[in-house]
Amino acid sequence: MSVQQPSSQQAPSRPRTEKLSDAVVDTNPYSRLMALQRMGIVKNYEHIRSCTVAVVGMGGVGSVAAEMLTRCGIGRLLMYDYDKVELANMNRLFFRPEHCGMTKTDAAAVTLAQINPDVALEPFTMNITTLKGFDAFKASLTHTDTGKSRVDLVLACVDNYEARITINQVCLELGQIWMESGVSEDAVSGHIQVIIPGDTACFECVPPLVVASGIDERTLKREGVCAASLPTTMGIVAGLLVQNVLKHLLGFGQVTRYLGYASLQDYFPTMAIRPNPECINPLCRQSQAAFKVKAEQEAALQAASAPEEAAPAKADLHEANEWGIEVVADEPSGPAASRAAAALPQGLEYSMPVASMDASNLNRDAVESNDDKLEDLMAQLNAMSK
Amino acid sequence: MSAGWDSETKETVKKIPLLTIRAGPRDKEEWGKRLKEELQALIKYIQLNKATDSDWFTITSGKDGTTWEGKCWYIHNLHKYEFSFEFDIPATYPAASPEIKIPELDGKTAKMYRGGAICLTVHFKPLWAKNCPHFGIAHALCLGLAPWLAAEIPFMIDEGAIKTSS
Repeated sequence: MSVQQPSSQQAPSRPRTEKLSDAVVDTNPYSRLMALQRMGIVKNYEHIRSCTVAVVGMGGVGSVAAEMLTRCGIGRLLMYDYDKVELANMNRLFFRPEHCGMTKTDAAAVTLAQINPDVALEPFTMNITTLKGFDAFKASLTHTDTGKSRVDLVLACVDNYEARITINQVCLELGQIWMESGVSEDAVSGHIQVIIPGDTACFECVPPLVVASGIDERTLKREGVCAASLPTTMGIVAGLLVQNVLKHLLGFGQVTRYLGYASLQDYFPTMAIRPNPECINPLCRQSQAAFKVKAEQEAALQAASAPEEAAPAKADLHEANEWGIEVVADEPSGPAASRAAAALPQGLEYSMPVASMDASNLNRDAVESNDDKLEDLMAQLNAMSK
Repeated sequence: MSAGWDSETKETVKKIPLLTIRAGPRDKEEWGKRLKEELQALIKYIQLNKATDSDWFTITSGKDGTTWEGKCWYIHNLHKYEFSFEFDIPATYPAASPEIKIPELDGKTAKMYRGGAICLTVHFKPLWAKNCPHFGIAHALCLGLAPWLAAEIPFMIDEGAIKTSS
């Protein structure tokens, strides 16, 4: 399978931009984005050009998220998918009928290069869950010289547990922050979640958390198809996800740790998910210990610094603020936030059961340890298969 | 186990030995131990099937135990329907379950993902998660592939999508 250089297929729609201008003229593609600075929402919008984001899964959520980031002028965009565009995808946004038969990554690269030639695009056509795919995915995120992550954020826009577990493992190994997103199989609810290794729950700390559909499970029709999808729910989840990405990258507002969307009731539960000290993933437990040490050091440093710095930081003021108006942030509700992790808010539920096995059952029913060699067992199995 | 399972499957799966080592193919040393347990469980399962005259699959693996293939068959109205299946052990196994594929049935039923991967989301994935890391390949065949064949093969025969192999 040859990967064509997408940008060479069509001439760029405009020359590359050297420096973002805030001039309010019809020909400036960044005028409305730079206005965020004038409005006092963002301090330094141009910072987005130095940011790299990896979007894993270019389906109904990922492709739309990639377009949003491209239109926002993200510096570099890495895109991952192994699938091809087909007519059955046309109920979602972004891809067009003429893309059918192309890989999703190449089709996206062609379209996105036209929309904004300033964005460096890197399409990766691969399945990340296989042994080879895992290594290739990790290598693509890693800086060859330093061995550290070369991206600011990884976005999981995939539709299966195996791919999420893969992203979780790679991000734990790289100490990389990532954001998870998902839409339910019945297409009427979705969620986004931030995973900061050591600070928040990793994807193996607790079973995946999803929004309850509010429908009686027994009335759900599952015959015929594996999953339904709607452009609305997917577009909304992509919007919620990228809004959180922008807040995280550009440092404005509050980055939501978990936000659910139940469209049937228009209900948006939020919560913080604390890491599980007994997480089955040893790397997660290591990250938690490292995070604890770092947090304690920072707290000690803060306590030692001048008392005036302990006062709440002033909210950003508008650049032109002739009335001297300022907004004071609410006190963060610390204890309440940690309590929230203990019990799930109404409308949220785990999508899978917690792993559990009775120790006595395991003792009784486990394979007997023996001295048979691996090769002998393999030969025995082969002989049975003749 | 949920009430939806037939009593025969329930009885059979109880007899397949449980695995104890949590290791995947990226854990060089431990994977060898896990693989030994996988083979032991599979051998026991096939022996059980042969003893009750309900043999329904064969299976072999590559040398490092990361790629598997075999044949599975299903008897319907005294006719035998046989298919080749295959799967790789995912990098994050056993947190991630194996994705069993029957490429020759690709496109013949909606309960399948591209490339012929059988749809296991509803009936199998929650069970795998609950019993991780103690379920292995033998359990995936017994609780994943076997019920899928039982549900989908008669449907595909009715649709005229498949023909008997004997």
